[in-house]
Amino acid sequence: MLEVKDLHVSVDGNEILKGLSLTINAGEVHAIMGPNGSGKSTLSSVIAGKEDYEITSGSVTFDGKDVLAMDIEERARAGLLLGFQYPVEIPGVKNIYLLKAALNAKREALGLGEMPAPEFMKLIKEKIAAMKMDASFLQRAVNEGFSGGEKKRNEILQMIVLEPRLAMLDEIDSGLDIDAMKVVADGVNSLRSEERSMLLVTHYQRLLDYIVPDRVHVLVDGRIAKSGDAELARELEVRGYDWVLEESAA
Amino acid sequence: MSTQEMEQLVQREYKDGFVTNIESETLPPGLDENTIAFISNKKGEPEWMLEWRLKAYRQWLKMTPPSWAHLDYPPIDYQAISYFSAPKRPEDRPQSLDEVDPKLLETYEKLGIPLHERAALAGVAVDAVFDSVSVVTTFKAELLEAGVVFCSISEAIRDYPELVKRYLGSVVPQADNYFAALNSAVFTDGSFVYVPEGVVCPMELSTYFRINAENTGQFERTLIICEDRAQVSYLEGCTAPMRDENQLHAAVVELVALEDAYIKYSTVQNWYPGDENGVGGIYNFVTKRGDCRGDRSRISWTQVETGSAITWKYPSCVLRGKDSIGEFYSVAVTNGRQQADTGTKMIHIGEGTRSTIVSKGISAGRAEQAYRGQVKVGPRAKGARNFTQCDSLLIGDQCGAHTFPYMEIGNSTAQVEHEATTSKIGEDQLFYCRARGISEEDAVNMIVNGFCKDVFQELPMEFAVEAEALLNVTLEGAVG
Amino acid sequence: MSEDVKRFLDRLSERSANRGPEPSWIAARRQAGAARFEALGFPHRRVEEWKYTDVRNIARGDFVLAKEAEFSPATAATLALPLDAHKLTFVDGIFAPRLSDLADLPDGVQLLPLSQALENNHEAVGGPLGRLTGVDFSPFAALNTAFMEEGAVLRLAPRTVVEKPIVLQFLSRAGEQPVMSHPRILIEAGARSEATVIEHHTGEVAAANFTNLVEEIMLDRGAILTHYKLLESPEQDSHVASMHMELRRDSRFTSFNLCLGGGLVRNDLVSELNGEGAEVIYQGLFHAQGRQHVDNHTLANHNSPRVRSWENYKGILDDRARGVYNSKVVVKRDSSKIVAEQHSANLLLSDRAEIDTKPELEIYNDDVQCAHGATTGQLDEEAVFALRSRGIDEQTARGLLTLAFAGEVMEQVGLDVVAERVELAVAGKLPDRYHLAGLVEAAVALNED
Repeated sequence: MLEVKDLHVSVDGNEILKGLSLTINAGEVHAIMGPNGSGKSTLSSVIAGKEDYEITSGSVTFDGKDVLAMDIEERARAGLLLGFQYPVEIPGVKNIYLLKAALNAKREALGLGEMPAPEFMKLIKEKIAAMKMDASFLQRAVNEGFSGGEKKRNEILQMIVLEPRLAMLDEIDSGLDIDAMKVVADGVNSLRSEERSMLLVTHYQRLLDYIVPDRVHVLVDGRIAKSGDAELARELEVRGYDWVLEESAA
Repeated sequence: MSTQEMEQLVQREYKDGFVTNIESETLPPGLDENTIAFISNKKGEPEWMLEWRLKAYRQWLKMTPPSWAHLDYPPIDYQAISYFSAPKRPEDRPQSLDEVDPKLLETYEKLGIPLHERAALAGVAVDAVFDSVSVVTTFKAELLEAGVVFCSISEAIRDYPELVKRYLGSVVPQADNYFAALNSAVFTDGSFVYVPEGVVCPMELSTYFRINAENTGQFERTLIICEDRAQVSYLEGCTAPMRDENQLHAAVVELVALEDAYIKYSTVQNWYPGDENGVGGIYNFVTKRGDCRGDRSRISWTQVETGSAITWKYPSCVLRGKDSIGEFYSVAVTNGRQQADTGTKMIHIGEGTRSTIVSKGISAGRAEQAYRGQVKVGPRAKGARNFTQCDSLLIGDQCGAHTFPYMEIGNSTAQVEHEATTSKIGEDQLFYCRARGISEEDAVNMIVNGFCKDVFQELPMEFAVEAEALLNVTLEGAVG
Repeated sequence: MSEDVKRFLDRLSERSANRGPEPSWIAARRQAGAARFEALGFPHRRVEEWKYTDVRNIARGDFVLAKEAEFSPATAATLALPLDAHKLTFVDGIFAPRLSDLADLPDGVQLLPLSQALENNHEAVGGPLGRLTGVDFSPFAALNTAFMEEGAVLRLAPRTVVEKPIVLQFLSRAGEQPVMSHPRILIEAGARSEATVIEHHTGEVAAANFTNLVEEIMLDRGAILTHYKLLESPEQDSHVASMHMELRRDSRFTSFNLCLGGGLVRNDLVSELNGEGAEVIYQGLFHAQGRQHVDNHTLANHNSPRVRSWENYKGILDDRARGVYNSKVVVKRDSSKIVAEQHSANLLLSDRAEIDTKPELEIYNDDVQCAHGATTGQLDEEAVFALRSRGIDEQTARGLLTLAFAGEVMEQVGLDVVAERVELAVAGKLPDRYHLAGLVEAAVALNED
């Protein structure tokens, strides 16, 4: 489904990703872990199309299509959706508007018409209940005045409404207490299916107790230094990152 | 988003730029005392009205146009303007909608104005001013039943001379400023509203102004009076066809609110802004002022300004009555080569007076926009309060946004707060929306509408939708 | 020509008759200044820049030029800031060597009176003098140019770091006839030099003179200059001053404009941010009472990408005093990545006091973050309550909070001597009902122990 080949990415002349390769197949959940500054968040941002990055070489394909040649919104409509680490506040724009506009944009791309209002409201009510959020959230401006936990729930709410084919979740656990993390993890798990893949970016193993990945990759200095199954994450929890650093240096 | 893309995005067409081919009677260009006598005579005005006009004209001759605004335009040749144009002959003036020239109705249809059935459905009473004269006023009979007078100012001069004599020029004196003096001399029509004591006007009142004929100026005069405990909500809409010449619009609006009265005045202004090279467009020099004469009275101005080549406009409130309230909510969008210098004045005279100013300016293309506001608290205005929020959004690097707030505080118990920001559309906000699959254009519209939310929510429901649509049209472009 | 203008120009002719020949460029500028002043006349309130300030009291005044720099050493000692500093003193505009201290100037520092600088090497001074402040800036700048002859010249060689503050003291003397002075200050800070300059205006209580100052400050790459203007002029004095700053790449200019004295005060601060990384910080405090009129105008011209300005002004107005605060941020078309912030807050302590504020933004580039906030109001009643609930009487509570209001600017002052002096002055100016003076003195004394 997603194929990243020898990706080199720079910001202001500093190379952050130095030849990263990664394949994610349909139905798989991958976790990218690594110490701070290893380039974890860069990968998902580049795939989503953030413009501050300079891609010096390499390729990213999604179902065989060149992702790097696509517009930001095209990527989202194709099913590549990024859950932000720091969701931005958009004053005056109600959550419900954003959801409706995004859902209709996706449906239009799929050749479907606009979802009728009653059907849409039913869907939203169902999803918002699943995220244990109050319906009043819909009337509030996007992320404005939301607590850290509310912002993260809101990201997952958008995911479960828009049903991406590849969900990329950037540090979705940061700033969450254990109860909030369970709700977020339940939301994410409800998205798991044969056709849907996920890319979790996280610093801590904690999240992976709730969302068990198929593959775990350790990112060190812009490259994947080590890959393994869920067991690797547990090992990192116990031993830290140093041993991977040493191993990769050797 | 690159600057170029942004520029494409903000290019748009003017949707109301059609000309209506109807028979009209137009005075040749030029202005002297004879012109004024002609206008006065044409409208069958009494002698005192003509005298009033001539007095204004003589004062105007001694005045000079203001030069302090952040505007750049060639001097206006007041002799090149025609000061009177009327569809058909006044004797044939329609008495009800059924008699209105179908072409004219078609015009309003194109404008999407709820004049006909839509008016009935919306329950909005409409007065339509086409070039210089009031064409039709709907629901007049229904309103009269409630005691509300809603008619053209010409009719008011004829039918309610005492009210007109008492209030005309009492808020905006004849020589208040250059354009007000000109208007006082040559005004041709406009709306008149009188709501008697204790009456809450049963429906929204609305006037649509359109400049149609070539080389004409439009000088309408609106006077709204709310007696004790009376209330009215009034909306005006403005459009004009696309023409290569600049046309002058110099209106005066006077509002008088007595004890516990409430006047809500909303404007959706979409005069032709000129083309992308700045050719043509309306010069909009307007004096709007409300006088909160009575205790606890309230006047609220809401404006959505998307049109005109030049806008010079400061709807103001004189807060005389104790505990009276003044409000100003404004969205102004300038694009292409439009220039706007707009804002408000809140003059706190009485004790416990309060005012709120929310101004949202959006400047794109090569447009220049300035917010100019004055908050004055006099020595007797104990406990006066003002809050001002004044935000500017810039789209593209060829436009300008300026803020000139004047705060003159002369009472130690006053509380005056002013906040202002200037920035561009957040790149991170755009990215966030696009990463959810929303197109760049829709994302810009969403963010801009969000930016304007505080003002749109002050508009009457039917018009809030219209205003949002208008904003989107203004910023509509060629993305994708 | 109005009578007022003529009176000033007559004084200029008298002056010329009493002086020997001077270099032709100076004579030419003097003439240009006089011509400009004659053409402009005194500013009228119809002029936007002078909308709130009436200068008729200056225009109608019959001021003469002082002839000598005599000043009682005892009075001078009480007025001076107790600082170990390099110092130039002027009495009614005339250099007073005995009240100055130019000993031990470090290498790379040139500090001398303007008259002497012109005498030694007038060509070197002629270049920068008038480069930032032309005769077109205002009628007062033109008048100053017509009369210029004394003032201070400070030059810092590249990489010179001056440890001791540099004090420029201007004393106003009470005499038989009011005098006027037109000092010029010229500061050239070389690349990466650092210094603190204190401009101190004070004088005898009964003085009623007119000071018309023009100050030009040039900061080369990476220079860091902190400038205090402490205005404690007698309450009958009129003070009109302009400060023009030019900031090259990565330089930083911090201004503390502390206005406590003077009857009629007008300050114009103008910064040209010309090089990337340049930053200007305007901090201001004005406290006026009686019939004082204090007008501060600040302008920051963001002429280059990646420059910043930050501004915070506080005003306290009592009795029939009037304050004017006009700040302006201008961002030029090609200046992107600009950050500009203005803050202003004012307290009115009397119903007859007035404050007129106008924080302006003029922005021609979309890549900016500009914001300003301005408030005028009263003390936070909750804070008053909180203090009272600790047993402090209401008047003292209000006094303390007023002092705290000013304190937000004073906290940024790096020189304790200046901060304490101002704090004492503010406490002293507050109405007696606040019983504060003793408190602050005690606090200052505690500090000294």
